[in-house]
Amino acid sequence: MRPVIDIQELSFSYGSLPTLSDIDLQVAEGEFLGIVGPNAGGKSTLLKLILGLLQPQSGDVRVLERSPASASRLLGYVPQYPSFPRDFPITVEQVVQLGRLGQRRRDNCWQGLWPTRVSRADHAAVRSALAEVEAEDLAKRQIGSLSGGQLQRVLLARALVGEPRILILDEPTANIDQRLEGEIFDLLKAINERMTILVVSHDVAFISQYVSRVACVNQTLVCHQTDAVDGSVIQELYGDKVRMIAHSH
Amino acid sequence: MRIAIDMDGFFSALIEHGFLQTAVATALLASIGCGLMGTYVVVKRIAFLAGGIAHSVLGGMGAAVYFGFEPLHGALPAAVAAALLIGWVRLHWRAQEDTLISALWAIGMAIGVLFIAKAPGYQADLMSYLFGNILLVPQESLWFMVALDVLLLTIVAVYHRQFLAVVFDEEFARLRGVPVDFFYLLLLVLVAVTVVLLIQVVGLILVLALLTLPAAVAGHYVHSLGRMMLIATVLGALLSFTGLALSYGPDLPAGPTIILLAGGAYVLSAVVTQILGRRRAQLAATRGTWQGEAGGQ
Repeated sequence: MRPVIDIQELSFSYGSLPTLSDIDLQVAEGEFLGIVGPNAGGKSTLLKLILGLLQPQSGDVRVLERSPASASRLLGYVPQYPSFPRDFPITVEQVVQLGRLGQRRRDNCWQGLWPTRVSRADHAAVRSALAEVEAEDLAKRQIGSLSGGQLQRVLLARALVGEPRILILDEPTANIDQRLEGEIFDLLKAINERMTILVVSHDVAFISQYVSRVACVNQTLVCHQTDAVDGSVIQELYGDKVRMIAHSH
Repeated sequence: MRIAIDMDGFFSALIEHGFLQTAVATALLASIGCGLMGTYVVVKRIAFLAGGIAHSVLGGMGAAVYFGFEPLHGALPAAVAAALLIGWVRLHWRAQEDTLISALWAIGMAIGVLFIAKAPGYQADLMSYLFGNILLVPQESLWFMVALDVLLLTIVAVYHRQFLAVVFDEEFARLRGVPVDFFYLLLLVLVAVTVVLLIQVVGLILVLALLTLPAAVAGHYVHSLGRMMLIATVLGALLSFTGLALSYGPDLPAGPTIILLAGGAYVLSAVVTQILGRRRAQLAATRGTWQGEAGGQ
């Protein structure tokens, strides 16, 4: 089967300093891939290249066998820092509804200009996405009144509501405490039953309990377990090894 | 008492004089734009961009005067051009955004002043462009303003979801396939249209205040874009009407009077919400202590 994400000889730099060089990475359908590495090692940049928010200087990124920009509506993205002001006058429900934009769009460049209305299907999808992240009771709340953990759940609902094929999360638990971190990852584990997940984290030891494979990025792809493994075996087989490799950097 | 008498005088003059009725209609029509687009300007925090658009409009008005057109007819294309230019700078030249926008701001004004200085024949009154003169608005301009309002209302009604996506979170909107650059520029063009509407009332220097203050006051009390727009429109209409009425008796310029009222309303509202917020926090904290004590016993 073709990989859902196929990255070949990818290099990227913001200025004169290379951020990523010569990355090769294939992700198979249904994987739960953890991307780890030191701060400023290029993890978030790699995600943005997969999402089509950045263009590589050289190399190739294919997502679901097309260009990242045209695949972006099939991806769900949870950013590390919310890219909006917290005091914006908007409710949780409205935020999640924005994740439904572009849902019925066909591949026609004028479709983005059609006016869109919130349909009954959209309302139902918003309700079930909020239910899945256990945040239905927050629907009418202002986004600014949420705690860090609640906001993270809402952002996850916004990513899920568009029924993505791949879920991409950038440090989803960086700003919340450890108990909630476990809850979020338990949730992701359940979601992984039906879609591929990529998650960036700085905590290798923690995520190795959940992910099926780890890719370690520090400008280049330092370690990369390519063997296919099923979820339950990973802890015994690779948990220690992953930790050991991570410590050596 | 003095003010009350003047207000009386204003109302009888309003019934009597057509030019005052036109002035009131101008104020009401302008407040629709002020409520709709002012809300976007406030929540998207693009007051500086709106200021750049408003001031560079003088270039277009000056050119219109020089070539013998109605200044307002020069203002609209100039405002739209300034909006597109400033939007393009913002989208593609982020690193020096503020420098470039200040430069456009000043260059537009300089062009306008030069054109007006060299305008043949009748020397146009620069002050009335800068600070507005609502009493001199010709009745024919009202239809032009109605058309601009209809344009604003239609586009916002049709695309409010896309606009919400773009003003809330550009990056996410882009991922959802929303043509972010297009809607961002469209938003700035609509702000430009609003600037032209408001220039009639308060002139291009004071536009910024009437664009942002009513929406900012509304934002103190309501927490959705739709309600902010509604309240800002009503507030803008009230402030312009009251300012016009207050300025009529003592023969003050209407524009600055309206702006002072708007500024006063904003400061008052900011202070009141600050105090209310603090009191609410204090109440919550003391209630928390009581509960804590009760739990301890």
